Amino acid sequence: MNAIFSNPWFLPLAMTLVIIGVVPLAVAYTVLLERKVLADMQVRLGPMRVGPHGLLQTLADAVKLLLKEDLIPAASNKGMFRFAPVISFFTAATSLAVIPFSRVFHVVDVNVGLLVISALSSVGILGIILGGWSSNSHYSLLGSLRGGAQLISYEVALSLALVSGVMAAGTLSMTGIVESQLHQGVWFAFGNYGLMFVPFMVYFISSIAETNRAPFDLPEAESELVAGYFTEYSGFRYAIYFLAEYTAMFVVGSVAVTVFWGGWLRPFPNVAWLAIPLDYGGPLAVFAATGALCLYLVKQQPIKAYAVAMVVVGLAFFGIAIAYLIPAFNAPAVPVFWFLLKLFVALYVMIWLRGTFPRYRYDQLMNIGWKVMIPTALGALFLNALVGMLRG
Amino acid sequence: MLDTALFYSFALLTLLGAILTVSLRNAVNCAIALITSLAGVAGLFLLQKAEFLFAVQIVLYIGGITVLFLFVIMLVNLDQTAKQPRFGRHWMIPVLAIAGTGTLFVGFLTRGRGTLALPAPGVAADAGGNVERLSDLLFREYLVPFEVASLLLLVAIVGSVVMARKKAD
Repeated sequence: MNAIFSNPWFLPLAMTLVIIGVVPLAVAYTVLLERKVLADMQVRLGPMRVGPHGLLQTLADAVKLLLKEDLIPAASNKGMFRFAPVISFFTAATSLAVIPFSRVFHVVDVNVGLLVISALSSVGILGIILGGWSSNSHYSLLGSLRGGAQLISYEVALSLALVSGVMAAGTLSMTGIVESQLHQGVWFAFGNYGLMFVPFMVYFISSIAETNRAPFDLPEAESELVAGYFTEYSGFRYAIYFLAEYTAMFVVGSVAVTVFWGGWLRPFPNVAWLAIPLDYGGPLAVFAATGALCLYLVKQQPIKAYAVAMVVVGLAFFGIAIAYLIPAFNAPAVPVFWFLLKLFVALYVMIWLRGTFPRYRYDQLMNIGWKVMIPTALGALFLNALVGMLRG
Repeated sequence: MLDTALFYSFALLTLLGAILTVSLRNAVNCAIALITSLAGVAGLFLLQKAEFLFAVQIVLYIGGITVLFLFVIMLVNLDQTAKQPRFGRHWMIPVLAIAGTGTLFVGFLTRGRGTLALPAPGVAADAGGNVERLSDLLFREYLVPFEVASLLLLVAIVGSVVMARKKAD
């Protein structure tokens, strides 16, 4: 048994399987979270029917999508139409391979990790362009052209913002970036007397444009282009595009967390006396509060089965909270907790922005990209280089 | 063993993609073939432990240049061109030229076999990787040529913007 665990292939393979297994589920619940949060912001309830508080809604949607007829337009370029969603999902999912969830939990740590991610995301454009073109439909083509132009424009600002982070860390390896934040004792978002916050903001805004999310969702603007580049897609292939889009959200969120928010590090990673209260208190507070909320909501359930389900979910959260109190479990699991908590916050902010801002016009989008984001990123890069050198 | 197998598969991908790029009829399929060819080159870079070149090859060529190619192809109506005959009347001349060059290459390679020593790959694999080494070379030793090249690119960008501008009158 030990021979299996200590095999150098064990952890990468296990992590790959975990990622492949968990990502679709995580996407399903991110969609549910998005619907619930948006509903809350618009003073609605959101999905409530399938499962207690709609907890099974997106799973039912996924089953529906898998069972739907797979339509392929007669005049489309069939091979490319079939293949295009695969490019999108492949690039997004492969990017997760170089993201370190903790010092040990990652598929692979390559010394150009950040470059691999930007390379994969630039290949991901092809999924959008080819999908839109091969559908042989005007809406799709317009959506894919918009998407391609938007992605190319914002990739420049995105990369320039990341260069600031790489410069502060002195390495392109994702693990190395987090470890240099540990050595310098500061999350890079607050580095250089707070100056690094500017490239973080540029990165975050550009990454929302990169993932085609509101307020930059012109490639799929539903009020103008039906659904943009995947107008003609249905059933399983549509689901793959959907999966790819949310996986890309995870990727850009994880990159932001890794480069600017200290990756798997807890808050104040260098203050030793905070280790016990934060590493044990943080998970306990989060999971116990969630469990308590579930138990509180039991009374409101309309039918008995939902009430039982809520009790089970609540007790499961309490179980996780108790598990985090065991030192042998806490030590390897708490970095993953911090990483996922930060990723969750990033995703929540993305959803929040979608609920807050109206969609930009196309010329506004291009103006923001070329005339605001890129100069700001360049200026921030210069300033951070200067301040970083003066600090020694 | 694995390296050799990977080398031959990437080389095959590169060559096959290149041949399909010039021989396919549909322009979008040509662009896809070009992408596979460029991806094969990226793989060859990776085999040589040139990770930076690998990533840059993908970002610039696949993510940038071919995407622009695809843009142009999609916006231009190429149905007329696709119907034209693929090979002109003078197709014999390029075939002869290729055959001649190929024979020369094979001849020289067989005659000079054993004298052609290639440096072993992967020298720069350790010590922080080759990104640092590349930047050291670019920004210390070859700073002036590098800056001259970037100036040239800047001039080209400004020139293209000036030429693309609409006339004010």
